[in-house]
Amino acid sequence: MELAFYIAGAVAVIATLLMLTHVNVVHALLYLIVSLLAVAVVFYTLGASFVAALEVIAYAGAIMVLFVFVVMMLNLGEHGVELEKQWLTPGIWTGPVLLASILIIAVFYLVRGGTAGLATGAVEPKEVGIALFGPYLIGVELASMLLLAGLVGAYHLGFRKAKKPEIQYGRYTHERRAAASGNPVLAGTDQLARTP
Amino acid sequence: MSLEVMLNAAGLAFVVAGARWHQADGQVVFLFILAMAAAEVAVGLALVRQIYERFRSLDADALSEMKG
Amino acid sequence: MRLLWLIPALPLASAAVLALFGSRLSRRAAATLGVGSIGLSALVTIMVALDFWSSPPADNSYTRVLWTWIEVAGFEPQIGFYLDPLSLVMVLVVTFVGFLIHIYSAEFMSEDEGYSRFFAYMNLFVASMITLLLANNLLLLYLGWEGVGLCSYLLIGFWYRDPANGLAARKAFIVTRFGDAAMVFGLFLLFTQLGTLQIQDLMQRASEQWQTGSIYAAIAALLLLGGAVGKSAQLPLQVWLPDAMAGPTPTSALIHAATMVTAGVYLIARTHVLFALAPAAQLAVAIVGAATLLVAGFSALTQHDIKRVLAYSTVSQIGYMFLALGVGAWQAAIFHFMTHAFFKALLFLGAGVIIDALHDEHSIFRMGGLRRELPITFWTFLIAGCSLAGLPFITAGFFSKDLIIWQSLSGEQGRFVFWIVGMLGALLTSLYTFRLMFRVFFGRLGTPVTKRPGYAMTVPLLVLAFFSIVGGDVKEPLFTFLHSALPQAIESSAFITELQSEAIAAIVFLTGLYFAYLFHLQKRNLADALVANPVGRTLDQWWFAGWGFDWIYDKTFVQPFIWIAEINKRDFIDGFYIGIARLSEFFYRAFSETETGRIRWYTFGMAAGSVLFIVVVLLS
Repeated sequence: MELAFYIAGAVAVIATLLMLTHVNVVHALLYLIVSLLAVAVVFYTLGASFVAALEVIAYAGAIMVLFVFVVMMLNLGEHGVELEKQWLTPGIWTGPVLLASILIIAVFYLVRGGTAGLATGAVEPKEVGIALFGPYLIGVELASMLLLAGLVGAYHLGFRKAKKPEIQYGRYTHERRAAASGNPVLAGTDQLARTP
Repeated sequence: MSLEVMLNAAGLAFVVAGARWHQADGQVVFLFILAMAAAEVAVGLALVRQIYERFRSLDADALSEMKG
Repeated sequence: MRLLWLIPALPLASAAVLALFGSRLSRRAAATLGVGSIGLSALVTIMVALDFWSSPPADNSYTRVLWTWIEVAGFEPQIGFYLDPLSLVMVLVVTFVGFLIHIYSAEFMSEDEGYSRFFAYMNLFVASMITLLLANNLLLLYLGWEGVGLCSYLLIGFWYRDPANGLAARKAFIVTRFGDAAMVFGLFLLFTQLGTLQIQDLMQRASEQWQTGSIYAAIAALLLLGGAVGKSAQLPLQVWLPDAMAGPTPTSALIHAATMVTAGVYLIARTHVLFALAPAAQLAVAIVGAATLLVAGFSALTQHDIKRVLAYSTVSQIGYMFLALGVGAWQAAIFHFMTHAFFKALLFLGAGVIIDALHDEHSIFRMGGLRRELPITFWTFLIAGCSLAGLPFITAGFFSKDLIIWQSLSGEQGRFVFWIVGMLGALLTSLYTFRLMFRVFFGRLGTPVTKRPGYAMTVPLLVLAFFSIVGGDVKEPLFTFLHSALPQAIESSAFITELQSEAIAAIVFLTGLYFAYLFHLQKRNLADALVANPVGRTLDQWWFAGWGFDWIYDKTFVQPFIWIAEINKRDFIDGFYIGIARLSEFFYRAFSETETGRIRWYTFGMAAGSVLFIVVVLLS
């Protein structure tokens, strides 16, 4: 059991790192899915089988699929790869890495000298269910309302009226300027590809 | 995507804590985090699509009209 | 006489109402209020005068204290009114002439905006002037003094949209300020030495404590003279009066001819005991008067603007009053004040009619032939001009001016040189007056007449003309009346008699008339030739610029002051405040830079902030 834990953990970390560094969006997404599945295994080894299942079904199964759909719809293609290559420069990731390392040091400092070893015994789904219908009932209702809000919001934002004239800010200000100065990165990809 | 990773990581921490003290609370919280992540992804991706349609680029620095 | 307090109170109340509610009143209501308050005040004055005349109070003076103004460590000036023949005569003149001028200005100002504002200022002025005249202590007098100065400033700059008017108003105020400062020092000296500012007590204590020729009396008298010189526009502070003609003509008539400029004369007459105790100061008064009347006379001879001629003429005539005071002819000075008020106000009102009729034309060289166009104005102007120049026996001005000239020779402190100066001044007066008359009313028509005055403007002219003639006949009753307040001038014999002096004055008048006729009507080319001649031109320009006093003051006071202000523009106190502004600006720019509008920047900020927070919490 412990071995599975460590292997799954290592897979998760490595998959995430690969996700970060790959410039092809779809590849990165697939690595992310792998990472999430590994985390599900970690959950199982901890005895939290309910959330392991949940992770696979909801997180990796629904959310990531949504991601994949949208990315496919965006249709970035080769240009997308070039863009990512241009953006993934040391100048960009130095700052966040620094902050993250500070946080990691803080985490290590926090958990120093804690008791080693995992507690035995799983937490049954039944227990979780009782907790959900008991003290955490309000949270459940709120979560459902949140999901409703998310639904409505996503519907509204994704709505495309056919006749609305698109304001196309990008066309006239930033994009035009960028296009005029011959900057393919900021000028947007599709337009440049289609402009004769 | 990094956002998903971060949420996942937080959820992992909660579950571990719940398993450490053998309580259901950790998993419950993970459930809530999951719901929140779902809603956020839905809205966020819709936004990304709108931005892509307006600005024709996914460069976050393109969205600097509130400068100054 | 118990109604004495109404005389200043009525105009004051009217001024307050007009100031607060004037914009809501119709023109008619504002005029009724403004003119009516002065009319009522004049009526009350007449009633009080009749009462005083028929049953004079004890000691020939009536005091009414309204309340104690300040009570501090033995310094207790009151709001009190003191009525004696001197103040009664002056209040009568002020309210009566003021009333006529208000009637005139009801029509004159009818086309201007700020109608009620004008009447508010004029009423406030009359109230202040009467306060000044009736004050029983020098502090209340000073209050009235400042009040009239304020109203003069407000009225000169009445048409505030033109900055030149504001400049003239400021000039008037600042120049008279010098005089006012001198006067305040005089008040300080008097109070510290004599312990009171009540005029009657003051005079008594001064005559008891100070010998004739005492240095304190001299200094106090000279300081008061300084104040009088400022307010009455005498040398060396006469520079403001010609520029004060920027104000509306009724203002010039009331303030700068008949009343305010005579406040200095009143002050010296009131404190005559002090001047009698300081012969040096009294001589200074006479010298100032004599010098001024000559300087102003020459300047009046060269002016183009009709109002400036009259302004310099006023300065010159007040010089006569000062001369009279200086040689001890107190009653003559007050007599001349009275007649001067009549004819000078008339001259100004007539000038106003002309300017208005010719659609704001001020230059006499562009006028002419108005004799037939504006007949009433012509005849009244003629009467006033003759009165000013001193047409023998008919006009009032002759009596008063020649009395002064005679007493400047025969009076106690009279000297021959004063008599000569007086005669020369009379010649100049005649010259410039008739120059004005001939240029404006005779000859070919210059600027055509576009507007004729109505009744409100002509009736006051007629009334004042009447008084310019008969005013001289009240000399004897006036002098007996004033006897209790002002000492009679002591006449010693001189090398000519009074009648001979008057005859010489008549000859001088005719000489001036003849030369004016010659140069300005018959052979006008002679006048041009005089000016074309280099000496003539220099004199003409020099006298035109008021003997260069403005230029001197500009070089000695104004320019250095501006230079110092320029140097001091960036002193360290300014630097401190500018530094604060700069600091704010710096922070503004710095913080503006943080608003890049880029999401990544904001997110980074939030992340860094939370990390910092966590670390801080951990470490503490």
